[in-house]
Amino acid sequence: MIRRLLPLFAFAALAVLLFAGVRMNSGRDNSAIPSPLLGKPTPAFSLPVLGDPARRIGNADLLGRPYLLNVWGSWCPTCRYEHPHITELARSGKVRVLGYNYKDTPEDAQAWLTQFGNPYELIVADEDGRAALDWGIYGAPESFLVDARGIVRWKLVGAIDETVVREQIEPLLAELDAAP
Amino acid sequence: MLPELGLVALILALLLGVLLGTLPLVGAQRNHAGLVASARPLAYSQLVFVAIAYAVLTHAFVVHDFSVKYVATNSNTLLPTLYQLPAVWGAHEGSLLLWVMILALWIAAVAAFSRSLPATVVARVLATMGWVSVGFLAFLLFTSNPFARLLPAAVEGRDLNPLLQDPGMIFHPPLLYTGYVGFAVAFAFAVAALIDGKVDAQWVRWSRPWTNVAWAFLTLGIALGSFWAYYELGWGGWWFWDPVENASFMPWLVGLALLHSQAVTEKRGSFRGWTLLLAIAAFSLSLLGTFLVRSGVLTSVHAFASDPARGLFILGFLAVIVGGSLLLFALRAPTEDKGQPFVAASRETLMLANNLLLSGAAMMILLGTLYPLLAEALGLGKISVGPPYFGLLFTVLMAPLVLLVPFGPLTRWQREQPAQPLRMLAPWAGLALVVAAIAFFRWPQGTAKTAAAWLGCAWLIGGTLRFVWQRLKQGKGRFTAEMTGMILAHLGVAVFVFGVLMTESTSQEMDVAAKPGQSFAMRGYDFRFEGVERVQGPNYLADRGTIRITRGGAPVATMLPEKREYASGGSVMTEADIDGGFARDLYVALGDPLGPDGSWALRLYVKPFIRWIWLGALLMAIGGFVVVLDQRFRRPVVAP
Repeated sequence: MIRRLLPLFAFAALAVLLFAGVRMNSGRDNSAIPSPLLGKPTPAFSLPVLGDPARRIGNADLLGRPYLLNVWGSWCPTCRYEHPHITELARSGKVRVLGYNYKDTPEDAQAWLTQFGNPYELIVADEDGRAALDWGIYGAPESFLVDARGIVRWKLVGAIDETVVREQIEPLLAELDAAP
Repeated sequence: MLPELGLVALILALLLGVLLGTLPLVGAQRNHAGLVASARPLAYSQLVFVAIAYAVLTHAFVVHDFSVKYVATNSNTLLPTLYQLPAVWGAHEGSLLLWVMILALWIAAVAAFSRSLPATVVARVLATMGWVSVGFLAFLLFTSNPFARLLPAAVEGRDLNPLLQDPGMIFHPPLLYTGYVGFAVAFAFAVAALIDGKVDAQWVRWSRPWTNVAWAFLTLGIALGSFWAYYELGWGGWWFWDPVENASFMPWLVGLALLHSQAVTEKRGSFRGWTLLLAIAAFSLSLLGTFLVRSGVLTSVHAFASDPARGLFILGFLAVIVGGSLLLFALRAPTEDKGQPFVAASRETLMLANNLLLSGAAMMILLGTLYPLLAEALGLGKISVGPPYFGLLFTVLMAPLVLLVPFGPLTRWQREQPAQPLRMLAPWAGLALVVAAIAFFRWPQGTAKTAAAWLGCAWLIGGTLRFVWQRLKQGKGRFTAEMTGMILAHLGVAVFVFGVLMTESTSQEMDVAAKPGQSFAMRGYDFRFEGVERVQGPNYLADRGTIRITRGGAPVATMLPEKREYASGGSVMTEADIDGGFARDLYVALGDPLGPDGSWALRLYVKPFIRWIWLGALLMAIGGFVVVLDQRFRRPVVAP
């Protein structure tokens, strides 16, 4: 009888181990893939400005003040949901809000901005999504908070809303103000 | 509206599963003919509702219904029509629905092809499978609803992972799942026998064909997955000991052990408890594989969206099914082996060795796969167990198996003069050694491994053909389907062993920085890089390189490897180009541009005999199917 119970005991031990494994995994949030860029300088890029393709923007042009880089596209339904919150954040003047138009045509992007309003101080256009690879962007919306020295301090995959602004962006901005 | 209909169909299928798990079982225990007879109609109607749900999801993909979240995340209007059907199983929810669909098909198949079996046995088997379906349907409905809506609906979908946009995607998952899920049949027969308390050889005869078919499908599924990884991933390898590969390989090994032990139990009555245990283990390992792949406990290249809630659900399900059946085993399994007695020198002993080696290999893969988890749980930090561990231990365990294979068919059941098979095989062993020695000294760039390839292959083929000759010589010219299948499968092992060892020992690869017009020589082939151009595909843009291969001036092939950038995902995929051949594959993958002079990083391979790996697997699978045709499985059951 005891011998026949051995497989059951072995399985019980295995189940305990697997349970521990699930437990360990539930602690970490699997959906939040940390960006490898956190704490590192922004990747080198040079992208044309939406609406003024002759003008190109690179890393150096953005140094000096913190900014929030918001990745969006006219094809992205969630960006439409996020848009009022981005507008609100830009209007509050807490931080510069820059747009990163991702995989979009200039016509569609302009039409979208005409319809919903343009809260961005500046929008860079990445039509083919090549520069996005360096940024580790794999969808829209995504947002990066970059400090005055051009270091990526925070990244969010998904939409920004009031809660995110209040609980994540504002504390971080306060921190940046305290230790520039 | 349709997606909600799909959801309702799934709920009804779940309810039918509960009925299927209960009514026939009660009927069998109480001898109630009406309840026993309800098993078949319940099985068929469950299939109908699962099929409706499956058709609804497929329809959502075909009409691009991006209000369904699962469709929006795994499809795109640009997705080629060919991939809209397999896109259904492109991620967690849909692949689970495919799993349930295949399970429903197996249940209906058992219901349809078990006319000659006693009604109570069929009732118990179908009820057990019914409970398995309940577990998976509940998993689907409570944690992974494929019909969940996305509000507001997306305008455009995210597209199917480009890795999966490949013909391999059409066949690999269904074949693999058919194999995985098929072990549920042997499992259900074992559990039914345990519930019944009649653990004799009879249940084994009934379940043997099912085990063979399931194992053969699993073989095809794994081999196709390996072939896919080889030509799609651009790594040039064919097996990576990745946790998910291991998850499918463990049930394969145990299933193979089960095939052999079932043969012993059916013919000789021995190994009864062991066969029961293997039948439970093969399916349990299938379930464990599902758990490992979908719980996010282990990291792997086959990243399914992971979710701890899903992990806990499958773990609970695993505990009920595996724990329950093992408890049943502890209570009901035969306490003494009532089979025909046998001595050490007998086919039974060889089969036992086969079983121990195969289960040992499965055990060591399980340990290696779970070791990182164990290390993390004990606070030893993150560790991964790589190919060196698996490769070494697997070789150590499989080498004796290769040595023993030819002895099996030539050794008599029960009692054999050890000198007899040894004398028959000695000339073949000698021949294999001579062949190996010649290969070692004469094969270009041959190593000990090259010699081992010839040794193993010659030994297995010679030994297996010796058995064929023996049958012919004894005037028993007739080969049963069972024997034919066995011979084919064993020859498959020979081909497989040869392919693996030759590829590993004589492959050559080069990583080069190539300027247009430059040539590289390798293993007698001349690779000339012509340049790279930009081409537009249906839903991607690609850089396509051109490499002309010649041998002694004669053209061999023009290779067009690509780097594709998919319109929707922003991901870059390597499409290697391969010139396949019976004795060698030429393989070219395009790397990155290196400079303004048009030079690119290229990876070039010559891989001798790599196709033999999959050819061997194909032979094994065919062997598995052929055995099922044997007359012995068609004989009507004699009422005891």
